[in-house]
This record gives sequence, C-alpha cells and structure tokens, in this order.
Amino acid sequence: MSDWLSARTLAVIVLLAALVLLPVYVEFTGNRFLLTLFTRIIILALAAVSLNLILGFGGMMSFGHAVYLGIGGYSVGMLAHEGIYSGFVQWPVALAMSALFALVIGALSLRTRGVYFIMITLAFAQMAYYVVAGLARYGGDDGLTIYKRSQFFEPINLSNKTQFYYICLALLYASIYLVWRIVNSRFGMVIQGSRSNETRMRAIGFPTFRYKLTCFVIAGILCGLSGALLANHTDFVSPAMMYWTRSGDLIIMVVLGGMGSVIGPVFGAIMLLVLEETLSGITEYWQIILGPLLLLVVLFARGGIDGLLGKVRHA
Amino acid sequence: MPDLLQVENLAKRFGGIVATDDLSIVIPEGQLHAVIGPNGAGKTTLIAQLSGQLTPDSGRIQFAGTDITALPMPARSALGLARSFQITSLFLDLSVLDNVALAVQAHAGHSFHFWRDARREAELRDPARSALERVGLKLRENLPASALSHGEHRQLELAMALASKPRMLLLDEPMAGLGPEESARMVAMLRELKKELTILLVEHDMEAVFALADRITVLVYGRVIASGKPEEIRSNAQVRDAYLGEQEAVHA
Repeated sequence: MSDWLSARTLAVIVLLAALVLLPVYVEFTGNRFLLTLFTRIIILALAAVSLNLILGFGGMMSFGHAVYLGIGGYSVGMLAHEGIYSGFVQWPVALAMSALFALVIGALSLRTRGVYFIMITLAFAQMAYYVVAGLARYGGDDGLTIYKRSQFFEPINLSNKTQFYYICLALLYASIYLVWRIVNSRFGMVIQGSRSNETRMRAIGFPTFRYKLTCFVIAGILCGLSGALLANHTDFVSPAMMYWTRSGDLIIMVVLGGMGSVIGPVFGAIMLLVLEETLSGITEYWQIILGPLLLLVVLFARGGIDGLLGKVRHA
Repeated sequence: MPDLLQVENLAKRFGGIVATDDLSIVIPEGQLHAVIGPNGAGKTTLIAQLSGQLTPDSGRIQFAGTDITALPMPARSALGLARSFQITSLFLDLSVLDNVALAVQAHAGHSFHFWRDARREAELRDPARSALERVGLKLRENLPASALSHGEHRQLELAMALASKPRMLLLDEPMAGLGPEESARMVAMLRELKKELTILLVEHDMEAVFALADRITVLVYGRVIASGKPEEIRSNAQVRDAYLGEQEAVHA
C-alpha cells in the first residue's frame, strides 16, 4: 500500500489517461466507430459504477438496476417528444424521476433479504418495462426516436461527437470520484458494515435501513444520469433499455471488473463491451465464450480484473 | 448504589418450551452479576431479550430508569447497553481497527456524512485505538478481522463493546472456546473492566464466574432457582443438586 506506484495504480492511471486521449487517436486514424463504441462504454460504465455502489459496497444484489437507465432515458425521450429540448429541464427531471423510483423500490425491497430482494428488484424493473412498452403515445414496444439532443447553452453541443464523448467522460470521472468519497466516508463505513454483518450493525446502534435506502437512491440517480446520456447517444429510447438482461449485463460488468473496487466496473464495462463487439463479429454465439470467462473470474479471481491487478482489499 | 437494570416477571416461550419463566433480576450500578445454569436454561434467550433482539411475551425491563421493554436494539445501545455475542459476530472483511471504529461511530451522532474520509477522523480512530490497547490488540489493528485467532476475536468483541462507552455490558460466554491462557487473560481483563462498568456475565466457566462475580443467579429451565453472593450459591444445596455438582463432577 505504501508502494503507491503499484501495478494497479499504474494500470488505473494508464486507463484514465487513455480514455482522455482516445479522441486524439480517433482524429489521427479517422476511426469514428471507435469513438461511438467508447462513448457507449463510458455511459454504461457509469451505470456499472452506480450499481457497484449498492452491490459491491452495500451487498445489495439488485437485479433491476437497468430500470433507472430506462427512467433516465425515457425522461429525456418523453420530454423531447413533447417539444421540451432544454437539458436544464430534461436532465434534472431524469435525475429526480430516478430518485423517486429508487426511493419507492428501495423502501419496499430493502425490507427483504437475499433471494427475495433479488426477485423484488427484478419484478419492479419488469413492471416498468411492461408499462413503458404499453405507452402507445411514446412508441410502445417500438421505442421512441429522439430528433434533437438535449440543448444546453453555447458552445455546448451534444451533437458534436467529440464534445459529447468528453461530457460523458467527465461525468464518469466525477461519478467515480463521488463514489470514492462516499464509500470512504462515515456513511460509506455504515454501508460496508451493513454488507459485512447487518445484525451486528443494528446491535451496535445503527438504524441500517435508512442508510441503505439513501445509498440505493444515490445509485439510482447516478444510473438515471447514465440513462439520460444513453438516450442522447443513441437518439432513441426503447423498453429494451430496462429489460432484465440489461440489468444482468450491469452485474456482469461489476463482477468482471471487481466488486467493491471503485474503478473496477470501468474495467468490467470495457471488457464486456469490447468482447461483445469483437466476438460478435466472429460468431453470433459470442456468449459461448463470455460464459466460461465469467466462470473463471468467479471461481479463480474473486476480485475481478481489479483484483488481478493487485488491489489490496482493505474494504 | 442505584439499580441500573431491573427485570420484572419476564416471560418468553417458544411454542411449548418455556425459555424464560417469570424471571426477575435487579443489578445495581457497578456490580458484576453472573447468570449460570445448565445448557438450555435460557441464558442466551435472557440476553437476547435484554439487548432487544427478542421481544418478551410479558414482563418489564428497566434500564437506568427508562422502560426499555419495547425499545429496538439501536435505541437500547444508544442508552448505554452493549452486548457481546456468544458466537463472535464481527465485520470479518474489515480491518480490526475499522471494526472498533464502527462501534465508536455508532455513538457519534448520525452517519449521514458523505465526504470526509472516515478512516482519517481522529474522533473515530483515537477512541478505537485506545479500546484496542485496553484489550491488547493494538498491534493487530491493520489486519482484517478474519485473520485473528478465536481468542483474539473475543478480545476484539470486547474492544467493540468498550468503544461504545457503555454503562453496562451484556457478555454472553466470553470464555467459550478459549484455551486456559486466553481464559486467564480474559478474566484479568474483565476484572479491570468491572471497576468501571456494570456487567451481566453469562458463562459456563465456573472458575471464572466465582472469581469475578459479585452476585450470581442460577437459572434452570428459564426459572431462577437461586440468587445471591458466590459463597451462598456455592453452599446452596438446591443449586448443587441441579447444577454445580454435576459440573464439578465433569471437571474432576
């Protein structure tokens, strides 16, 4: 730990710097596709970072986290559909709606444990999925095309791909910093203690429910932000954004990258989406390769990629 | 001395089994009161009701003049009633110091602080370190709790109970599973603690009980069959028949 320039620190610095420099590389090579791919990776990494806050640090195994991607995305999409394009309206609404949903879902599901918690969070997400799929005014099953990206003041222009990439990256880095502060704060210690031994937390005097619920809402808001970005990225929202397989993808990113490591989900998101991109070019059944890989991580590298890089798990 | 804990006519049954049967105990401030009894006498059930983990069917529990019968665990803990677990219940994946610091934090107001690094707050770390020092775990503070031995887990339990600055400790078999040396160390530690704290001690180790207790209550099938000074308990024929004789026979 005193050896601050460990393999892990180095890998993290290289990763963070590489993501900053990526558009420069794209400029030189003209590989615009890479920019689009990595914008998507960064947006979903933000969602995975938010899931990791409750799953990795709080031990709350939410199987419906993608619901906030959908809520954030649809807040932007529906407002745009009604002719409201201002990002100063769309984004706060996206965050507030995500917070509200997380508050309701958390208030009910956090009273349960284990398998029941997994099932309830899954059930809420599927409910939202079917409700949205039934909204004919907003495209129902087919989804909703967004004709204009969120508008901010000059010179911010989300339609400029490089600019949009940097906005997403800045928000990802800010979120990572925020999560890092949170998990090491007093609040974070309560969350980690609850993951480790909730009975004991209550016995020494912590009313754990309110802390876990607050944490659940923070994670929902961050994921809602990711949803708002995703809607702007694809210029399209559809119920599939919150389908349960998407929630599964987020869990895979967290597990691959390393649960309970602040930066881990970024590694996980890059790995999963780059694998998906390259392997699906080789075979339609690319998940046949992903499956065994996940097994290996779960069986032999509990700390995920970040664990392999030598993260000392003090938390 | 004023009474710190008053238990009146406590009763708890699980189906047909009577775990606590019309039980009354009064513990004055500063006393170490031991509760002994054969397996299944309802000792752990008693502690669970005192700490708030179980709700009694009837009866009343008063602590420091407050009726706590209906209070949940965190509220009792906030009043100064701390419990250590029979089966050690720690935060195994956190460091030894983190374990104790959490116990300090539990009594340092609410924890809705999202920004400052809790591992650098002297207000949490210093009392935690001093509690670790008192139980002799100072040098182990940076290890994960899972790396400690069984005896050290007990010491850590005690440090956590101390860190909450309790007025009264509920100790559920702190010697269980300890070797002779570790037991002796624990007895010495409890002797120090009883100078400052009121303690209710549930323990099977009779040598430790008679060495430490100011008063002893004997439970059989959830019912108090005797209560008094150690000498009185030792010479009580009923207790001998029910319990001590059998124990000593086993020990001999």
